[in-house]
Amino acid sequence: MKLLYFAWVRQRIGLAEEEVTPPANVLTVGELVEWLKGRGPGYAAAFANPSVVKAAVNQEFARPDRRLAPGDEVALFPPMTGG
Amino acid sequence: MIRVQAEDFDPGAEIARLAAANPSIGGVATFLGLVRDVAKGKPVTAMTLEHFPGMTERELARIEAAANRRWPLDASLIIHRYGRLLPGDRIVFVATASAHRQAAFDSCMFLVDYLKTEAPFWKLEEGAAGAQWVETRESDDLARARWEADSGLAKKVRGA
Repeated sequence: MKLLYFAWVRQRIGLAEEEVTPPANVLTVGELVEWLKGRGPGYAAAFANPSVVKAAVNQEFARPDRRLAPGDEVALFPPMTGG
Repeated sequence: MIRVQAEDFDPGAEIARLAAANPSIGGVATFLGLVRDVAKGKPVTAMTLEHFPGMTERELARIEAAANRRWPLDASLIIHRYGRLLPGDRIVFVATASAHRQAAFDSCMFLVDYLKTEAPFWKLEEGAAGAQWVETRESDDLARARWEADSGLAKKVRGA
């Protein structure tokens, strides 16, 4: 599964993207974020408050209960501030 | 039309091109967003816009299509820049053209309100204290919610 990080999520983790294979019990976007939190202090800092982090699966906004498939591209990022 | 680019653009030339494409256009409404030199009372020396290539274009196209379903538009244009910009630089340009002014004004405001909260852009401001990610403002969410009559946010705006 390919993960993309943007803005302060990217900065705190220290990576713009990575390939991961989550354990079989990670079924949703929300469970993926919980699993990522345990991967190191940068991840823990990025996802300290998961409710503010937004997600997109295959470039479409996704809620925490969105089910994941093995080939999905999941992007995690802060609320947008464009315009 | 959607353009996501690092380069600057010429608003006058963009308006002229939009209007020339269709003689039934009676009016063009535009919004031009600029980098301010101050934020929350503190000087801003530069601003870097990060975005999600691919998804940005998809989201902007989705928002533009929604405006075209809602109003009788003859043409619409969204240009959004990314990269490092300086105070006074142009960031975003939205133009909507229609036979009459109301559709042009309303759809232009709709597009700006939606792109601020739904297009995947993030602003990093540089100032004396270093660089800081811009935080979202609830007023932006409320501005967008005005257009969603049945949403919970819209009810909050109306005080329900």
